Amino acid sequence: MSETKNILNVSRRTVLKGSAATTGAALIGGTFPMHFIKNAHAQTFRGDPGNASSIKLGFNVPQSGPYADEGADELRAYQLAVKHLNGEGDGGMLNTIKPLELKGNGILGKKVEFVTGDTQTKSDAARASAKRMIEKDNVAMITGGSSSGVAVAVQGLCQEMGVIFMAGLTHSNDTTGKDKKRYGFRHFFNAYMSGQAIAPVLLDEYGAERRAYHLTADYTWGWTQEESIKAATENIGWETVNTVRTPVGAGDFSQYITPVLNSGADVLILNHYGKDMVNSLTQAVQFGLRDKQVNGKNFEVVVPLYSRLMAQGAGDAAKGILGTTNWHWSLQDEGSQAFVKSFGQEYGFPPSQAAHTCYVQTLLYANACEMAGTFAPWEVIKQLEGFEFDGAGNGKTLYRAEDHQCFKDVLVVRGKQEPQSNFDLLEVVKEVPRAQVEYPADMFGGELGPYQV
Amino acid sequence: MDAIFLQILNGLDKGGAYALIALGLTLVFGTLGVVNFAHGAIFMMGAFCAVTLEKILTLSLRVKDESVTFFDAYKETPYLEVWFGDTGTAIIDWSVPLSIILAIPVMLLIGIVMERSLIRYFYKRPHADQILVTFGLAIVMQELIKAFFGANPIPQGAPDIVAGSAAIGAVFGLGEAVVYPWWRLIYLAFSLVTIGLVFSFLHFTTYGMVVRAGMADRETVELLGINIERRFTIVFGMAAVVAGLAGVMYTPVLPPDYHLGMDFLVLSFVVVVVGGMGSLPGAVLAGFLLGILQSFSSMTEVKDIFPGIDQVIIYLVAVVILLTRPRGLMGRRGVMES
Repeated sequence: MSETKNILNVSRRTVLKGSAATTGAALIGGTFPMHFIKNAHAQTFRGDPGNASSIKLGFNVPQSGPYADEGADELRAYQLAVKHLNGEGDGGMLNTIKPLELKGNGILGKKVEFVTGDTQTKSDAARASAKRMIEKDNVAMITGGSSSGVAVAVQGLCQEMGVIFMAGLTHSNDTTGKDKKRYGFRHFFNAYMSGQAIAPVLLDEYGAERRAYHLTADYTWGWTQEESIKAATENIGWETVNTVRTPVGAGDFSQYITPVLNSGADVLILNHYGKDMVNSLTQAVQFGLRDKQVNGKNFEVVVPLYSRLMAQGAGDAAKGILGTTNWHWSLQDEGSQAFVKSFGQEYGFPPSQAAHTCYVQTLLYANACEMAGTFAPWEVIKQLEGFEFDGAGNGKTLYRAEDHQCFKDVLVVRGKQEPQSNFDLLEVVKEVPRAQVEYPADMFGGELGPYQV
Repeated sequence: MDAIFLQILNGLDKGGAYALIALGLTLVFGTLGVVNFAHGAIFMMGAFCAVTLEKILTLSLRVKDESVTFFDAYKETPYLEVWFGDTGTAIIDWSVPLSIILAIPVMLLIGIVMERSLIRYFYKRPHADQILVTFGLAIVMQELIKAFFGANPIPQGAPDIVAGSAAIGAVFGLGEAVVYPWWRLIYLAFSLVTIGLVFSFLHFTTYGMVVRAGMADRETVELLGINIERRFTIVFGMAAVVAGLAGVMYTPVLPPDYHLGMDFLVLSFVVVVVGGMGSLPGAVLAGFLLGILQSFSSMTEVKDIFPGIDQVIIYLVAVVILLTRPRGLMGRRGVMES
C-alpha cells in the first residue's frame, strides 16, 4: 500500500524519467531495475502515514498459548499508552518522563491507532502476524512479545522490512547481543544484568562458600541466563556443580530434580520462566529441597528472573525465593506511581512488569518520532540511539546507541512471606544502581546492520 | 544406586499417570471403537474439579488494604476460616482429596453427556473423522477452562501432613539423602489401586464380563438381548472418571492450567499404541515402561553419552517396538486392522 502511495506522490514525469534512466543503466549492468524493488526510493518507507490523519502501531502479543495472561496485560498497557498519547485519560507517564516532546495530541499531530496480532509465543506465528500488520495494515512500528525466541525472530523480520521493533518482555542477552538489529530496541533488562544485580545479594544472604546446580530451559533465553548467572556467582566464589538443560514445557521435572538431592549442591538455580518455572519450583519444594541441610547450610533455591504473575502461579512455594525483576508496582518514584495510578484506575489492578516495559516502549517510540519530526525509521532510530531520560520508573535510563539496550536500575526481589493483599507477592530487597549492571557494548558481539534497508 | 532408585520411583510415578490416562483411552477404543483425542482434556477437566472446589472453599471475606491507593487490593480470609476457625483451615487444607467426591459425579456426567450428545454419532465413521471431532472438542474444553480460569497455572497444595518428603532412603537401607515426596508416593499407590479396581470390575463382575464380551463380539452380545450400547455409555463415563480422578490427584504435583491435557495426550497415545490398541494390560505395562525409560534417559550420565535422548526416548522406543511387534506389546489380532 504505502509504496504505491509514495510512488504516486512523486510526479509522473519524474518517475518516467527515472525509470528510463535506471532501467537502461541496469540493463547495461545486467541487474534488475531497482525501482521495482521495495524501498528503492530513498524517501519512502513502510508504515508512512502520508497525508492520513492517523498513524497505526502494531501490537504483537501472545493472545493464546501459555503466556496469554501476560500478553493480555501487555495489551492493556498498550491501550493505555495510546489513550495517553491521544490526550485522553490522566496522561500517565507523559507527565513524568523527562525530557519529553509529546503533547497529548497523538504523534506529530496524527491520532494514534493500533492493530493487534497474536504471537502464540511461537516464532513462526509471531513473524507471520508481524508481517501481516506491516504489509496489510501499514503499521509504522511493531512492539510486544513475551519470549526471547519470538523477540529475536520478529526483530530479524523487522530489520529486513525496515520497520522499527520495540521489544516487549525479552531477557536473553542475545536480543541486544549477537542478534541485535538496527531496527530493534529493548527497554527490558537482560540476563547479564540479572546476574550482576543478584550476585552481591546472594553473597550477603548465603555466603561465598556455595555449590550451585543449574536447571536451564533449553532455548536462547535459558542458555544466556545460565551463562550470565554462572559467571556472576562464580565471581563471588561459588562453585558450579552441574548445569542441566530441560526441555521447554517439560511439565514434570522430577527426573531433573532428584539428581540434585545427591549432587552435593546446596543451591538450586532455576533458569526457567513462566509455566516451567512454576512447575520446577513447586516440585523442587515438594522434594524437600528447602528443608534440606547440605554442607552444614540450608539448601536454597534461586529464580533469577521473577515476575508477580509467576509468583502467583507458584503460590506458597515462591515465598522467600530471591530473584530479579525489571520493575514492580510498589515502587514509590513519580513515574511508577503515575503509571500504577492510570493503570489501576483503568483496570482495577496493578500492572505487571511486562505491562510496564510495553507502555514505556510505546511512549519512547512516539517521543522519538516527535523529536525526529518524521516517521522515517532511520531518523527515529537516530533519536532513540543514545537517548537519555528519567521518570519512567527505573531512575535515569540510557538507550545505548551501540546495542539498543536500555541501562537502568534493576530490582532484586523476594517472594513475600506475609502478603498484605492479593497483589502483594514480591518485596523489593534492593534497587541495584545502573552502574553496577553496565557492561561494554561489544561484549556479546553482533552487528546492528544498516539504517536504511 | 540412590540415583537409580529415585529414577525408578520417578518413572513409576509418571508411568502411573500415563497408565491411568491410557487405560481410559484404550477402554473407550476397545468398547466403542472411538479414537478419543478429547481424553487428555478430560484429565484436565478433572484437575479443574480440584481447582473449582478449592475456589469454592476459599471464597473469602475481603478486607480492603488501605495502604494501597490507585486500585483495590484486598487481604483475603476464607469464610470457612472466619466461621469455623481451625476446622475451616483443615477443610481447605484437604481440598484436593475432598475434590475426589466432587469429581466422581461430575466426570461421570461429563463423560455420559459427551458420549450421548456427540461421540455416539461417530461410531461408524472413519477414525480420521473421530480424531477430528474429538480433537475439536478438546480445544473447546480447553478454551472454556481458559476463559474461566485464565492461562496461568493455579497452584493446589497437598494436605500439610503429606506436603513434605518421606525419608524412604532409610527404609530401603539407602542413603539419608534419598527422600521422596509423600504426595507422589500416594499418587503411585492411588494409580495402582485404581488400575486394580478397573480390572476387578471388568473381570469379577457380571457387568464387566458383559462389557468384555461386547468388546470381543458386539453382535453376538446384542443378539443375546443385551443393550450393549447403554453399557458402553457407562464405560465411557467410567473412563472419564478414571482420567478425571487421575487429574484431581495430579494437581499438587503439577499446578494445572488449561493446556495440561494436551501435554499428556500425545504421550498417552504413544502408550496405547506401544501397549497394543485395545489391550488394557498392555496400556498399563507400556505406561510404566515408558515412564521409567523417560526418567532414566534424563540422567546426566545418560545424556552425556546420548545428548538430547530425554526428549526422544519415548518415540525411539515406540518405533523399535512397533517394528518388532507391529501390534504393540500385547495387542491382539484384528484391532484397527481391516
